[in-house]
Amino acid sequence: MSKIKMPVEKSHIMMFARSIGDANPKYYEEKDENVIAPPTFIQSSAQFDPDYFLRPKIGGDNWFGSGKEATGMKSSGSGSGGGGAAMGLHAEQHYEYHQPLKVGDVITAEVKPGKSWEKESKRAGKLKFSESVTEYRNQDGELIITATSVGVVTEKPVEN
Amino acid sequence: MLKKNEIKVGDTYSEKIVEDLKRTQIVQYAGASGDYNPLHSDDKFTKEIAGYPGVFAHGMLSMGMTGKMLTNFVGDGTLKKYGVRFTNQVWPGDSLESTATIIDIKEEDGETLAEIAIETKNQDGATVITGSATAKVG
Repeated sequence: MSKIKMPVEKSHIMMFARSIGDANPKYYEEKDENVIAPPTFIQSSAQFDPDYFLRPKIGGDNWFGSGKEATGMKSSGSGSGGGGAAMGLHAEQHYEYHQPLKVGDVITAEVKPGKSWEKESKRAGKLKFSESVTEYRNQDGELIITATSVGVVTEKPVEN
Repeated sequence: MLKKNEIKVGDTYSEKIVEDLKRTQIVQYAGASGDYNPLHSDDKFTKEIAGYPGVFAHGMLSMGMTGKMLTNFVGDGTLKKYGVRFTNQVWPGDSLESTATIIDIKEEDGETLAEIAIETKNQDGATVITGSATAKVG
């Protein structure tokens, strides 16, 4: 059960739109609050997950990225958005939109584990896939988005 | 919003979604999305621990940039579904072009819907994203 509680804010949408290079003026007009979030914006609900494992924690020393040394410290946990420590990559992402995601909404998320399966790959060895399904609801309990994320852990780095 | 009498199966729409992707844009995406996986900003970790030649883009950055092509094509708030597979990594310096193709137009529960196939390719012609979307049509 996730503890995400995400207020959908105009300035956050603007920053997100900048990062994906989306020049749609709707995302930048200060006075216009009547904005529908970009289709992948809900991914940034990770900002509001207190335990999100792909964010260094304040005062925490359990981060697996480099400081003086490249640590690779194993981090466990799961969250929306695939990825993961070292060998985890995002394989697939699917959204189903039930209602537009709007500024002013307050979104909660419920994560459900999905299927898992394995496959052999020439480029990366044994692949372990796992799926998670997240239901995002607004302040009235209405289903806004259903997201299905597939993460993959590879046996070795993907050859390029 | 797409108009029913202005579209047909086989119509395509393409956009250059990024030219010479900068590492800084990847960092920008990390900051906005909250996904600070060091694979995308930490070269030391990515080379020495993960075993990749260097940092690479979040799959979700590629999906987000592909999504801007999609909303430019179908309009804001018209998507019913949008899904992708990440078929190749995207690296700093890559230039991506994304194409939407209408593969079906149908009526469902009183709505007209366009089924769209999506493909995003890099400068070498390698496919980095394949996907599909369903959009409401006016």
